[in-house]
Amino acid sequence: MTETLAVVVERDIPFPPEKIWRALTQPHLIEEWLMKNDFVPNVGHRFKLRGEWGGVLDCEVLVVEPNKSLVYTWNYEHQDAAYSLQSTVNFTLTPTRTGTLLRVEQEGFRPEQKQAYGGAKLGWKEFLGKLEQVLTKHSESAV
Amino acid sequence: MAINSQRVIYSSMSKVQDALFRTLADPTRRAIFERLCREGEQTVGVLTTHAGISQPAVSKHLVVLKQAGLVRDRHEGRQTHYSAQLGALAPLIDWTSQMTNFWQRRFDHLEDLLKRMDQ
Repeated sequence: MTETLAVVVERDIPFPPEKIWRALTQPHLIEEWLMKNDFVPNVGHRFKLRGEWGGVLDCEVLVVEPNKSLVYTWNYEHQDAAYSLQSTVNFTLTPTRTGTLLRVEQEGFRPEQKQAYGGAKLGWKEFLGKLEQVLTKHSESAV
Repeated sequence: MAINSQRVIYSSMSKVQDALFRTLADPTRRAIFERLCREGEQTVGVLTTHAGISQPAVSKHLVVLKQAGLVRDRHEGRQTHYSAQLGALAPLIDWTSQMTNFWQRRFDHLEDLLKRMDQ
């Protein structure tokens, strides 16, 4: 069995699910908060998310439950397997008294693919700069 | 749950991280590793001319780097060529917090957008 990593972020948003749903599913709105895209809210639709750093994510819509749940794949192809990434992004909208609890869970990264997001974005030079900082931080905390 | 599995990975990863930190905490060793990252494959002889220490000392550092998976050696005739294995650094990137920050920032943008949108 392959272990995978997951990230969960939740936020209370003072707007109804219907409004948030529009922002999650209309391409010109998605572009404003996430990335350029050719999203269509149909199960099986394949689309791309284009990041500002030049990376292109391959996605496929898996679940569309209007105002409740949206799931799509979030894959990044790279010739170096260490940078490749296969994950799923799961948005859940739960109505609250004051608006909506928006939750995103991204899962599917394998431990050896930890650099898939960061590594693809940072060149190795920045990487070594970061390493220096990390080492400094680590040696401080070890004291 | 997902959060628990994330914690499990954290604890097992931290051992790997500790080993990498220990290996790279030595400035001379780190300089050798950075040189291999920058210049690509090098022989012990070439590394020695830049390291400012004896060839046996450089070789010792290379053994430690190799044990940590940070360098790979390739024998060609009498020469041994060393190259950096950047993939070995992967555990040092705190991936989960990076991705968490990514979504936090995106949700900030989303909230800004929702305020601007009409009903």
